[in-house]
Amino acid sequence: MAFISSGYNPDKPMEGRISDIGPRHYTDFLPPVIKKNYGKWLYHEILEPGVLMHKAESGDEVYTVRVGTARLMSVGLIREVCDIADKHCGGYVRWTTRNNIEFMVDSKDKVAPLKADLSGRKFTGGSLKFPIGGTGASVPNIVHTQGWVHCHTPATDASGPVKVIMDELFEEFQTMELPASLRLAVACCLNMCGACHCSDIAVVGIHRKPPIIDHEVLENICEIPLAVSACPTAAIRPSKTEFEGKEKKTVAIKEDRCMFCGNCYTMCAALPLADGESDGCAIMVGGKVSNRISNPKFSKVVVAYVPNEPPRWPTLVKTIRTIVDAYKKGANKYERLGDWAERIGWERFFDVTGLEFSQHLIDDFRDPAYYTWRQSTNFKW
Amino acid sequence: MAKHQTPMLDELTKGPWPSFVDDVKAEAARRAENKDGIEFQIPADVCEDLLGVLELSYKDKETHWKHGGIVGVFGYGGGVIGRYSDVPKQYPGIAHFHTVRVAQPGGKFYTTEHLRALMDIWDLRGSGLTNMHGSTGDIVFLGTFTEQLEEIFYDITHKLNNDLGGSGSNLRTPADCMGMSRCEYACYDTMALCYALTQEYQDELHRPAFPYKFKFKFDGCPNGCVAALARSDLSFVGTWKGPIRIDQKAVAGYVGGELKPNAGAHASRDWGKFDIQKEVIDLCPTKCMSYDGKTLSIDDKECYRCMHCINTMPAALRVGEEKGVAILAGAKAPILDGAQMSSLLVPFMKVEEPFDEVKELVENIWEWWMEEGKNRERLGETLKRLGFQKILEVTGVQADARHVQHPRENPYIFWKEDEVGGWKRDIQEYRKRHAR
Ligand code: HEM
Ligand code: HEM
Ligand code: SF4
Ligand code: SF4
Ligand code: SF4
Ligand code: SF4
Repeated sequence: MAFISSGYNPDKPMEGRISDIGPRHYTDFLPPVIKKNYGKWLYHEILEPGVLMHKAESGDEVYTVRVGTARLMSVGLIREVCDIADKHCGGYVRWTTRNNIEFMVDSKDKVAPLKADLSGRKFTGGSLKFPIGGTGASVPNIVHTQGWVHCHTPATDASGPVKVIMDELFEEFQTMELPASLRLAVACCLNMCGACHCSDIAVVGIHRKPPIIDHEVLENICEIPLAVSACPTAAIRPSKTEFEGKEKKTVAIKEDRCMFCGNCYTMCAALPLADGESDGCAIMVGGKVSNRISNPKFSKVVVAYVPNEPPRWPTLVKTIRTIVDAYKKGANKYERLGDWAERIGWERFFDVTGLEFSQHLIDDFRDPAYYTWRQSTNFKW
Repeated sequence: MAKHQTPMLDELTKGPWPSFVDDVKAEAARRAENKDGIEFQIPADVCEDLLGVLELSYKDKETHWKHGGIVGVFGYGGGVIGRYSDVPKQYPGIAHFHTVRVAQPGGKFYTTEHLRALMDIWDLRGSGLTNMHGSTGDIVFLGTFTEQLEEIFYDITHKLNNDLGGSGSNLRTPADCMGMSRCEYACYDTMALCYALTQEYQDELHRPAFPYKFKFKFDGCPNGCVAALARSDLSFVGTWKGPIRIDQKAVAGYVGGELKPNAGAHASRDWGKFDIQKEVIDLCPTKCMSYDGKTLSIDDKECYRCMHCINTMPAALRVGEEKGVAILAGAKAPILDGAQMSSLLVPFMKVEEPFDEVKELVENIWEWWMEEGKNRERLGETLKRLGFQKILEVTGVQADARHVQHPRENPYIFWKEDEVGGWKRDIQEYRKRHAR
């Protein structure tokens, strides 16, 4: 392969350089019916799972078909999205916050051919390329992070768990049988790039062993004071050690103080903590970000640890199915998972889901912990 | 014939949900075939090697990506995330696998023309794999070699009139809900405000000057479709003042069953006939609604604008006419000191071009946070450490009962010297009244 220059000249990097122009203006990309009725929408209806109709003051209607994606998408697949959008939607398409794709058309008779086209497209293995769904009281696409595909700190994969969870909950994606929307998230480490800490059900990758110290290189590749100050529990202090007859500056870790957050590793590459056997996931539930009825709230840890079981994470999937079923059975119409758990009480939540309550589910991290302990005799048996 | 055997990943081609493994394989095949005779600028078998290393991770249950590494484009401190493999010899195609963050358009609307042009760049110069989109919101080009970074940047700016997004200790690419473009709930123009602030703060976006990352997110209403409240240092959530607009005829339509409650969101299950009393009136958290069998009334003064009734009867109820934004500060995920939600700072602000009032607020907060924030301390943590009063002080926002869930539970009040007539006292004067 010969190197093809775009016009950039490394000897004169500033020559002809364009910078700080920001994204293109959104009005360049709006479908005509959207642009025309911008800010003048009256109401909407979900005609069937995955199909929306928005009505404008002008009387115009826009029909949207929403499909799930794997988020990780190839150039080839995105070109296929473009082909579909060119054929049915006048060359416009949009993505949602939860990595669904929306194909919009400006009249009802264009919906059926669009749907047929989308549902007919499959990958070689048989999975759907563009499954229709994710509206209303359903499980929309899972917000997730990078995992083993692309990140340096994950304790679990993200794309794989998302695939197997969505396979399991596929019915709930394509129908609207739940009491309310049930939003899932997967983050592969405690950094939680995303909003795991506020999802109805969230999976979070966790490490369970303190970092391994690479004494040989630590002093060369790390700023020791940065690593020390990075630790939220003051588990790390500067230290010295003998390595192959030479004295080396390094760090020491008070292991029983470590909460396995990986923050020191972000600061210092000589402190890796991944461990195939002990890493895994925690499951959190009951978070939400909407202000509807009750305040936004954080997710709570209800399963402290599930082992990593690639490729299909059976224990994780089964546990999530159990929670979804209990919620579906027990909650009232419009009630989000967290509101349901609070209404019946968390002690009852563990009863009806059959999840085991262990000491690991009692918070012991700083001030916020105290506010989660019960200071009352108002509990249920 | 695949370059690497991937028996574990192959399990992920089963089931109905779109399989990323199948997609990556198809991309590998497409590049191998190379129908258009493209002179790929990074190894053509990059997709095979990515599957190979992922299979290895599935076996080891550990990642094979090294810790970061500083790469980027000239003059920018963000936009590219360096990534190197720790097994480059086995998988040379992914020895480097840097991520390029590309600024996404507002509401994530695209023309296929623009998308195709982006894909052409990434076909030629990258792995052919993307995240649509990253968790922060931008388009994520997933994996290229160092030599390609300037070329990609040059192409994006020169050919597409587009730019890189943010990463590192700077302003991250702001993200918005689709707002007024297609949502009748939008209480302000999320896309206009997001675009204006993104343009205004390009310098902050590309040149890290902050203690740590900073995120803006824009939700058009309290439903919070981009989760502004949970994941941005400054969260802009649309809201309104004054009465919810009621169309009594449409209310009757819902009661009579002609209109589907919640726009049809529960249609797959038989929840029984719509019961306005049970499903709207009784669920109103502030109990400010009533229905006498003919007319729906709302005591709007008591409504806290949670959206439930509007979501339930979207054709009958509309947000109030006096629209604006509530601004909240300080959300973050758990690292380091635990998760934080944004806390209400400005209960209501009208937002209109050129958004000067918003910009003044943002700049006052930044000035303070850059001065007082410790290294790697998010705004929410600075707030927690120094107190909410400090942000009121620097922004000039008046304290208001709306700022709290309830007033403080302890009387350890930090009175200021000028509030108590000075702190200097004379012990001799004191002793005149009190023996030692
Ligand atoms: C963090 C510390 C404290 C907490 C959480 C606490 C909590 C409570 C609670 C919940 C009540 C019952 C209120 C009711 O039933 O209406 C109460 C009553 C009371 N507490 Fe405390 N308290 C604390 C410290 C103290 C201290 C240090 C004292 C004494 C100096 C104190 C003296 C009283 C008295 C005298 C009552 C009865 C008030 C009444 O009957 O009207 N408390 N406290
Ligand atoms: C069960 C609750 C508490 C216990 C057992 C407790 C016990 C004590 C003891 C033994 C001392 C040391 C006395 C000495 O030898 O000098 C002390 C000091 C002190 N306590 Fe508490 N206390 C309690 C609650 C509180 C509360 C609720 C407050 C404030 C509202 C408080 C404020 C103080 C202060 C200001 C000192 C003086 C510290 C100094 O000047 O060195 N304590 N407490
Ligand atoms: S959640 Fe953690 S492991 Fe996953 S992408 Fe973010 S930083 Fe990487
Ligand atoms: S993993 Fe976190 S808690 Fe453990 S030593 Fe590192 S920084 Fe400290
Ligand atoms: S946040 Fe509100 S205005 Fe924005 S898209 Fe969601 S419902 Fe519509
Ligand atoms: S918006 Fe919420 S609080 Fe206001 S009237 Fe409707 S249900 Fe009640």
